[in-house]
Amino acid sequence: MSRDLRNPLQRARGLGSAKDGVGHWWSQRLTAIALVVLVLWFVVLVLGLLGHDYQAVRASIARPWNALLMIAFIIAAFWHAVLGLQVVIEDYVHTRWLEVTSMIVIKLLAVAGVLAGVLAVLRIALGS
Amino acid sequence: MAEFTLPKNSKVQGGKHHASPGAKKPRTFKVYRWNPDDGQNPRTDTYEVDMAACGPMVLDVLLKIKNEIDPTLTLRRSCREGICGSCAMNIDGTNTLACTRAVDECSGGTVAIYPLPHMPVVKDLVPDLTHFYAQFASIKPWLRTQSPAPADKERLQSPEDRKKIDGLYECILCACCSTSCPSYWWNGDRYLGPAILLQAYRWIVDSRDEDTGARLDDLEDPFKLYRCHTIMNCARTCPKGLNPAKAIAEIKKLIVQRRSA
Repeated sequence: MSRDLRNPLQRARGLGSAKDGVGHWWSQRLTAIALVVLVLWFVVLVLGLLGHDYQAVRASIARPWNALLMIAFIIAAFWHAVLGLQVVIEDYVHTRWLEVTSMIVIKLLAVAGVLAGVLAVLRIALGS
Repeated sequence: MAEFTLPKNSKVQGGKHHASPGAKKPRTFKVYRWNPDDGQNPRTDTYEVDMAACGPMVLDVLLKIKNEIDPTLTLRRSCREGICGSCAMNIDGTNTLACTRAVDECSGGTVAIYPLPHMPVVKDLVPDLTHFYAQFASIKPWLRTQSPAPADKERLQSPEDRKKIDGLYECILCACCSTSCPSYWWNGDRYLGPAILLQAYRWIVDSRDEDTGARLDDLEDPFKLYRCHTIMNCARTCPKGLNPAKAIAEIKKLIVQRRSA
């Protein structure tokens, strides 16, 4: 291996600033705040449905406020999870192809999860 | 992937024991040793030191070892009063300055002394801080202005504005905080680390500096700045009692402040 003849400053400055990151940081905090409320609501809802049969659960989710909050919960949870997983991958996965691949996979999986969850709630709420 | 184990040629092995027969107040120190020239793995030598005939600080012990027991021991030191940052090392499990850490403050039994964690080692207790210093240079740590310097006086600063640099200007760049930070361990090539970010904030918050926007531009980066996950090791380990994590949080707040929420 040939010696690295670059000046240390060249290496430290690297590719420069991405001028990006605050959006991710802020979204992570916004979704966290939303989830504080939504998770509480979700737990209360699930506890209230303990022991009820399938029809009662469907009817409960079909109520407008419950359907709305459930959709919000699904979006916020997946969004927050993707932001968090992205940080974990950036922190620990240093093999470039693996990093990019896992980043793409978690984002596509999250979109699929949101679409499936929202569609399920809509079908219940709109009764089809 | 991040490395969680040491490479084969870095695995630390047991080393020599240097007894001190007839010591009135013996205390044992386990010191990391590595010589780049002998082709051996790193090892830990143990030294028995008579504290009855030694100064109170860990640096006193290391110098006594070097002077009287084993002259091959290599370490950096200069001011011996916590202002130069040369003798930063990992003592008793914590990054600190050997000159300001008293032996009595260390937990009982053998005191372990290693170089700053996760840095390339030059020899024994001397880490290679080239990249750390280059990162410091990369933030252009000097007063950057657009306005011409006043002809017949200094650039003035109110006492209130001067106060904002308290808790920042005291940083001696010993690298204790940065090398205690897991984020810096895993991503130190790109993450600036707590010391450099505290220094960056020292100029951002200086009322005389006129390049605040450009400084924030340069820092707004997923790796340079946002690798900080407020783990707080930096604040816990700083031998000067500073809080780099707070400085980093202030930088993040300023970057949010200048955009729409």
